[in-house]
Amino acid sequence: MARTKRGPHEPLIHISRRADCSLLRAMLVRLAAIVLALVVCGVVIVALTGLNPLEVYAGIIDGAVGSSRRLWVTIRDALALLLVGVAVAPAFKMRFWNVGGEGQILVGASATAAVMIYMGDKVPAGVLFPCMILASMLAGLVWGAIPALFKAGWNTNETLFTLMMNYVATQLVSFLIVFWENPPGSNSVGLINASTNAGWLPKLGGWTYGWNLVIVVALAAFMYVYMRYSKQGYEIAYVGQSVNTARYAGISVKKVIVRTMCISGALCGLAGFLLVSGAGHTISTSLSGGRGFTAIVVAWLSKLNTFTMMVVSFLLTFMAKGAIQIASQFNLNENASEIITGIILFFVLGCEFFINYKVEFRRHRREG
Amino acid sequence: MRDAYAIELRNITKRFGKVVANDGVNLSVRRGEILAVLGENGSGKTTLMNVISGIYYPDEGQIFVHGEEVTIRSPKDAFPLGIGMIHQHFKLVDVLTAAENIVLGLEGPTKLDIPAVATRISELADKYGFEIDPNKKIYEMSVSEKQTVEIMKMLYRGANILILDEPTAVLTPQETDALFAVLRNMRDAGNAVIIITHKLNEVLALSDRVSVLHKGKYVGTVETKDATVESLTEMMVGTKVTLDIDRPDPVDPQVRLVVKEITCVNKEGVTTLDHASFTAYGGEILGIAGVAGSGQKELLESIAGLTPKESGEIDFYPPDQPMQEISKLSAVEISRLGIKLSFVPEDRLGMGLVGPMDMIDNMMIRSYRKGGFFWADRRSPRTLAEHVIGTLEIDTPGVTTPVGKLSGGNVQKVLVGREIASAPTVLMVAYPVRGLDINSAYTIYALLNVQKMRGVAVMCVGEDLDVLLALCDRILVLCDGRVAGIVDARTATKEQIGLMMTHTGKGGYRDGEDETRPA
Repeated sequence: MARTKRGPHEPLIHISRRADCSLLRAMLVRLAAIVLALVVCGVVIVALTGLNPLEVYAGIIDGAVGSSRRLWVTIRDALALLLVGVAVAPAFKMRFWNVGGEGQILVGASATAAVMIYMGDKVPAGVLFPCMILASMLAGLVWGAIPALFKAGWNTNETLFTLMMNYVATQLVSFLIVFWENPPGSNSVGLINASTNAGWLPKLGGWTYGWNLVIVVALAAFMYVYMRYSKQGYEIAYVGQSVNTARYAGISVKKVIVRTMCISGALCGLAGFLLVSGAGHTISTSLSGGRGFTAIVVAWLSKLNTFTMMVVSFLLTFMAKGAIQIASQFNLNENASEIITGIILFFVLGCEFFINYKVEFRRHRREG
Repeated sequence: MRDAYAIELRNITKRFGKVVANDGVNLSVRRGEILAVLGENGSGKTTLMNVISGIYYPDEGQIFVHGEEVTIRSPKDAFPLGIGMIHQHFKLVDVLTAAENIVLGLEGPTKLDIPAVATRISELADKYGFEIDPNKKIYEMSVSEKQTVEIMKMLYRGANILILDEPTAVLTPQETDALFAVLRNMRDAGNAVIIITHKLNEVLALSDRVSVLHKGKYVGTVETKDATVESLTEMMVGTKVTLDIDRPDPVDPQVRLVVKEITCVNKEGVTTLDHASFTAYGGEILGIAGVAGSGQKELLESIAGLTPKESGEIDFYPPDQPMQEISKLSAVEISRLGIKLSFVPEDRLGMGLVGPMDMIDNMMIRSYRKGGFFWADRRSPRTLAEHVIGTLEIDTPGVTTPVGKLSGGNVQKVLVGREIASAPTVLMVAYPVRGLDINSAYTIYALLNVQKMRGVAVMCVGEDLDVLLALCDRILVLCDGRVAGIVDARTATKEQIGLMMTHTGKGGYRDGEDETRPA
């Protein structure tokens, strides 16, 4: 056969979809992406600070898991992030853009604090904790259900609606702080029940944050099963894939939207409970610390897979904790770690392109 | 002689991963010629045309335009070469007028001179025999008018090599004739026209030459005058096939579904169904014909309980059970009552199935409510999926492959397989063979006939009148939401139905006037 002559302007790069990519190959691509990311980070660190990148990496690791206490704080914060991720995932699976996690956490936290303050010294722990949990979940549920009801009834835009609910929740907390101010004039609530520790999640065995671990892992496992194997999980998946298919299957789309947002909001509210009762023992407007938004990153990065969410939320928390350490150790700005996180995310997300697509460069010599 | 060709493709190969969509394809069109590109779905016709119009870049091969080798990297490269493609799905802005759509994206002076554009459009329209109103908004247009705008868009840009991807799929017989007249005028004016189709009678009526593709490979090119339906089919399918659709006589037809004067109004307040009435009998296939958007979708969906009805009554007569009125019931209530009504919707992967989900999950769309309170039952859908794969010979790697990755024919088999698995009393199918290759289409016809012989009342919305006339026992013709009439498919003609599709009869059909009711 004659050698195929090519036109003079053949494009340099061909991009075509990969038919299939084996799991091993995909994992290798991802691994290569992380290695590359660390190399690029190293170059950036040397270029900007002149520090030894390996020492900086060591500083990050030391800050995140360097001591038993640091490790547990990292785990505690990763768990809170994971719980919010698990909470928003069903809504996203349904293609309901719940960006109101922040607000749902805050009202859940407020409800928890209210129960601690008003009932803390009056009822035994066996009654107090269930009340706190229920109150937090109920508050989050209401906060999640309101935009869902409007969406179901009048097809309002849930992104705007849930976002606005965040501001309402923040103002609500500011208002409550005025009531609960302690000591007066401090404009903060201080540690709630500091003398009695009533409503503080106790240790489980020897683990300070044992209860956090048990609650979050149990809920994550339950939600995994719920999404995958339950009837309601299927309804959520059908609604998310195609509202028309859901209608065809005889699913009441409105009911599913409201029900799922109740679950999503309630779990966010529970995260508020953990942050108050299981971590800070106080409440402020910055309590949720952007977890409602970071959790969206966690959920989508993990493609809504619960187990991947565990890894991602730990990684993000790990980097955030490491940031604080290198900030003080090397006298760097805390943003330095965010740059590193950003570079790693860029590579990890970018490598998905190479898993899904094949890139070929122009071949100058080819067989005909 | 090479420069006699307006466009010539040599050894074009295009791969998508492991799939070879075009494998060494050759194609050439002369100026002043209509070339039909014939092939089943998945044979690579559309890929090849996308290569010409710059949407895909070929992995191998050369393209010559008017004798010169060219590189077409994007549609931007294709326009200056005079290549214009009219896609199957129109790419028009609804709220703009025809003239605005035609000049959209063109470079020109900052101030748009719409009257001048309109004049130029009218000149072109006169030249080729179009009818077009440059100031009409797209959303006010019929499908065939929109198509005219698309063609005009290309001509306005100076295209002299026109590619039309299945242009007749959405037209009535009369509109098709009008389009063909226009295309012949273009040919006679010295343009090259490529028409992609799988309708053999159109190929024979319109084209000068036919190039046939089969599974991505180039089979050959023949002069149309030397070709017959049989010879072309053989080239297209690779083996000899009989093109007769079986039509057994109905046995003991029983009333299964009576639709009385149903009226539907959509969200925009437009009446989509206007006092439609008919009766469907077990053991027969009732065809439903009409121009696209005449109320076919609403008719089936209102029976299935998916579209709310303004007024009217639907009575369901299950075998050996008392009549049930289902007019007021929703889809979920209908299935809860155990009414065996199956529905194969037009939008297979947007309504009937979920593309990214596997076969088991798709079987569960109908059955996920069964099982316990909390757990969804995944075992029986798996059995059903395996059964459907076996009996309908579905080509799939397994029950866990996403349905969206299967070919069109196999997707339809999955959907039909699921719907007939529940042993329905009434089976409604909408455009059951749209996009399917010949063999798959005949498999579906055979499946419908099996259901008919089981005593099922089959209702089939179709667009190919030849097929409806060959397959159905009676044909209900819809025109603008009204029942224009019901004809006996054994005696009716295509022209008769075509006329009914466009002109409302004498105020629609009433039950008593139905002369075609089986004895």
